[in-house]
Amino acid sequence: MLGENFGVKKIQTINRRMFIIGVAKFIVFTGIIARLFSLQITENKKYLTLSDKNRLREWRLPPIRGEFLDYFENIIAGNLKVYQLHVIPEEVEDFKYLMTRLKEILSISNNNFKKIVKQKNSQKRWETIIISKNLSWEQFTKVNYFLHDLVGAKPVLSVSRNYPFNENYTHVLGYVSEASQNDILNNKIIKSKHVPGLKVGKTGLEKTFENELIGTNGIERYEVNAYGKRINQLDHTNGLNGKTIQLTIDTEIQKFCNELLKDMAGSISVMDIYTGEIVAMQSSPSFDPNLFLFGINQDDWQLIINNPLKPLVNKTLSGLYSPGSTFKPMVALSALENGIVDENFKVNCTGKIEMHGQTYHCWKKRGHGIVDLKSAMKQSCDTYFYEIARKLGVDRLKETSTKFGLGKKVLNETFSNEKKGLVPDTKWKKNNLGKGWFIGETLITGIGQGYTQTTPLQLCLMTAQLANGGFKIYPKIIVEEDSENFEDIKYLMNQNQNIKNDGLEEARELLSFKNKKKYERLFENPKNIELVREAMFASTNEVRGTSYSSRIEDLKYQFAGKTGTSQVKRITEADRELDLKTFEIPYNERDHALYVAFGPYKNPRYALSIVIEHGGSGSSTAAPIAKKLFKLIIDRHGAREQARAKKTIKI
Amino acid sequence: MQYNSFNTQPTFLQKLKNFDFVLLICILLLGLISIFSMYSIDGGEILFNSKSHISKFLIFFIMMIFMSFLNIKFWHYIAYLFYIVVLFFLVWASLYGIKASGSQRWINLYFINLQPSELMKIAIIVCLAKYYHRIQFNKVNSFQVMFVALIILILPIMLVITQPDLGTSILIALSGLVVIWLAGINVKYFIYSFIVLIISMPFAITFLQPYQKLRILTFLNPDRDPLGAGYQIIQSKIAVGSGGLSGKGFLKGTQSYLEFLPEKHTDFIFTLFAEEHGFLGSLVLLLIYIIIIYRVLKIGAISRSYFAKLFCYGYGSAIFFYVTINMSMVLGLLPIVGSPLPIMSYGGSSMLATMIGFAIVMSAKINHKQLIA
Repeated sequence: MLGENFGVKKIQTINRRMFIIGVAKFIVFTGIIARLFSLQITENKKYLTLSDKNRLREWRLPPIRGEFLDYFENIIAGNLKVYQLHVIPEEVEDFKYLMTRLKEILSISNNNFKKIVKQKNSQKRWETIIISKNLSWEQFTKVNYFLHDLVGAKPVLSVSRNYPFNENYTHVLGYVSEASQNDILNNKIIKSKHVPGLKVGKTGLEKTFENELIGTNGIERYEVNAYGKRINQLDHTNGLNGKTIQLTIDTEIQKFCNELLKDMAGSISVMDIYTGEIVAMQSSPSFDPNLFLFGINQDDWQLIINNPLKPLVNKTLSGLYSPGSTFKPMVALSALENGIVDENFKVNCTGKIEMHGQTYHCWKKRGHGIVDLKSAMKQSCDTYFYEIARKLGVDRLKETSTKFGLGKKVLNETFSNEKKGLVPDTKWKKNNLGKGWFIGETLITGIGQGYTQTTPLQLCLMTAQLANGGFKIYPKIIVEEDSENFEDIKYLMNQNQNIKNDGLEEARELLSFKNKKKYERLFENPKNIELVREAMFASTNEVRGTSYSSRIEDLKYQFAGKTGTSQVKRITEADRELDLKTFEIPYNERDHALYVAFGPYKNPRYALSIVIEHGGSGSSTAAPIAKKLFKLIIDRHGAREQARAKKTIKI
Repeated sequence: MQYNSFNTQPTFLQKLKNFDFVLLICILLLGLISIFSMYSIDGGEILFNSKSHISKFLIFFIMMIFMSFLNIKFWHYIAYLFYIVVLFFLVWASLYGIKASGSQRWINLYFINLQPSELMKIAIIVCLAKYYHRIQFNKVNSFQVMFVALIILILPIMLVITQPDLGTSILIALSGLVVIWLAGINVKYFIYSFIVLIISMPFAITFLQPYQKLRILTFLNPDRDPLGAGYQIIQSKIAVGSGGLSGKGFLKGTQSYLEFLPEKHTDFIFTLFAEEHGFLGSLVLLLIYIIIIYRVLKIGAISRSYFAKLFCYGYGSAIFFYVTINMSMVLGLLPIVGSPLPIMSYGGSSMLATMIGFAIVMSAKINHKQLIA
């Protein structure tokens, strides 16, 4: 019965041991339930958040950029609906077939074709490939016609920047293009609103006002799967459009300026002499900013950068020129104001003067004979201005020119590419060149050569402030809601006519008119301004005036101006002997032609400056442009006044 | 109660009456739950996973009912043969098996791709139960007896671990060891071998596959590589945790529906279930498993033959291992080793093996008075 005994023991053992395992099982199950409890009940919130983080994804939509309007509320930079063609590889059955078909239909170049294939291989299968950013209407209809055969291709309506006036506003507005890494890093607002393909301002006002223009993103919330593919759209919030910005520019005049500058390198600026509104500001040659929207192609880009006339340079703001004889009104005014000369002061011009063994020539070889201020300005006699500059001295000249806006940015920080220019004085030379000032340098400064450098817009402002009777104005290119109208400004100026600008006035200004613009007078004696204006009138409207041939006799359009011919290269004795005609000189050595003017003379309202690079003489090239332009400016005046009235009512 | 007398064959009706209906209902319930889970995995449609799972469940469930009518003696009779055939399959698998995702586990039987290691989980219990059935109690701790038992255990483990399939080999080892333990081997041997195991661990680790080492490291710190190796554990915990008390609702498990869960139809099916049905659902599922285990153990307790008793205790414990290891794994309590959840997980071989196990248990129930010489 031994076996029997063992048999019982065997059963007892197995049951005992099973019991031990049973207890262990109970403990383990309790542990698992505890774990479930801790995950699902205690930490439920945490994991629920994590799970939502997994499945919900927000997509920012590209914001809709604010528009630019001209003074008459025409859209000059708008948003255009464009047709694009998107392909999501995941939804395509036969990518190769689709691409070959699309290549045929859209006639995609081999280069682009390769790019697309490369893009397809480098991204995830559910990410969109933009086959074409901008389909023409014909391409769009063609694609739609063949759509049954193009499984996976999606014609999409999208919004893109559009510049309806092409090259007319390029230097004012700049252009937009896809945001670069730098744009994103340097601008927090761009960074926060960035979506792939977002276009941002690269130059001009588009860049300056980026933060106002950009708008806010719309947001779409999607449920996504583990691979980031969108499954359901949950909600959609619309973004806000960017701010609309209105310019003071008149498109008609702007367009005409562009025509006038056709095939030339140069610029035209037109300004309202009271409100400071820039009516036109064109730099030539220009280029079509629409080319940059979808990435400029290599051929177009080469054409632009290889153009010797430098289309990329905004000549109104960053072109620096010696003002030449257009500076003479400043010299004359400074001499008058400082009591160096009066209207009767006379100089005998023999064609040249000698000083310290150096000869200084007048542009007229045989000389002008005896000239006073008016006739010297009229005929642009260099000898006269050598003489009064010598008497005046460069430091006092600088004081006057600076008051009238030379050597300072006209539009402050509105354009990042605006240059300050340079009005030299003795201190400047000492500090920057480390040398003393020579009297000879004063002479050539007196005829607007030498160190002096001005931008065309500065010359326009200078002329405007002479034209309005010598009062400070505040140039602007953006229409502001709270700006004073013309009548108020004129009233303020009249009041200032008799108030001398002393220290007390400034203190008063600080106390009461903190935010009010003061149209303070820039002169000592109003008669001096009048004299300079009369001289400029003579220069245009009297026989032997340098721009006499460009005059308009109709009083409605009659204007006064001053020509300028600025040397780019020192004239040697040999050159002087040769006396070549403009077309005989190599392009880059030809003089710049300048002209500043204001009109209508009886009751002036507009000032302009024209600079034609290497255009020859101011009287032959620049002044005739002014004649054509003034007609349009004056003709547009009525419409401008109406638009202004409408705006005032609106406000 | 005629058949109660020794060695009297019960009639068919008596057999039917002796079925363990609680166990049967629990298995059916599990099957139903698993079918709904597969339906959810297919995104609320009856697609490949659900179709295949339904057919496998039904075929093997019916097969189990039929097999239940076999006398327990039959299982005792073929135990060694069963073991040897499965062992042969394992050898075949390691020689001519089908490779998939880095391991060679399957053999092609033309009508089914069989994973013999799953069958071995049952075969090892059957084989050892028969082995110890004959051994006199005083000889259990003799060297010779222990040696043979170890050979029986180690052979399949070696074959499975080289496939490589760590999860299944661990389950085979645990199933075998639990039978050996129940047979009455002295506790000191377990303690000794445990000490040896601890000491040899560092050496053993050098033999692990790189992905297995990675899994252990990942288990120790899942945030080590949240998008790579730790991804499964993290996503599984998120899914379970976000289920909350009552779950996100049937067919509404975002983690699984949006494909954040890997392997959700096999090893991670419990995660899907816990996400959709929450803590309460998980408790119900766990309760069904506990009842099943309890019923199997109870049948062992009433079985008169030592073979049946040992098998039921062994198999009950094995189910416990399958369930707890799988759950601990998806709840982040254990490293990820491939181990399916019985009946719930997708997979024919696992279903087949589980059903064979239940068939033997059922047969033990029907014939619990049966003695085996």
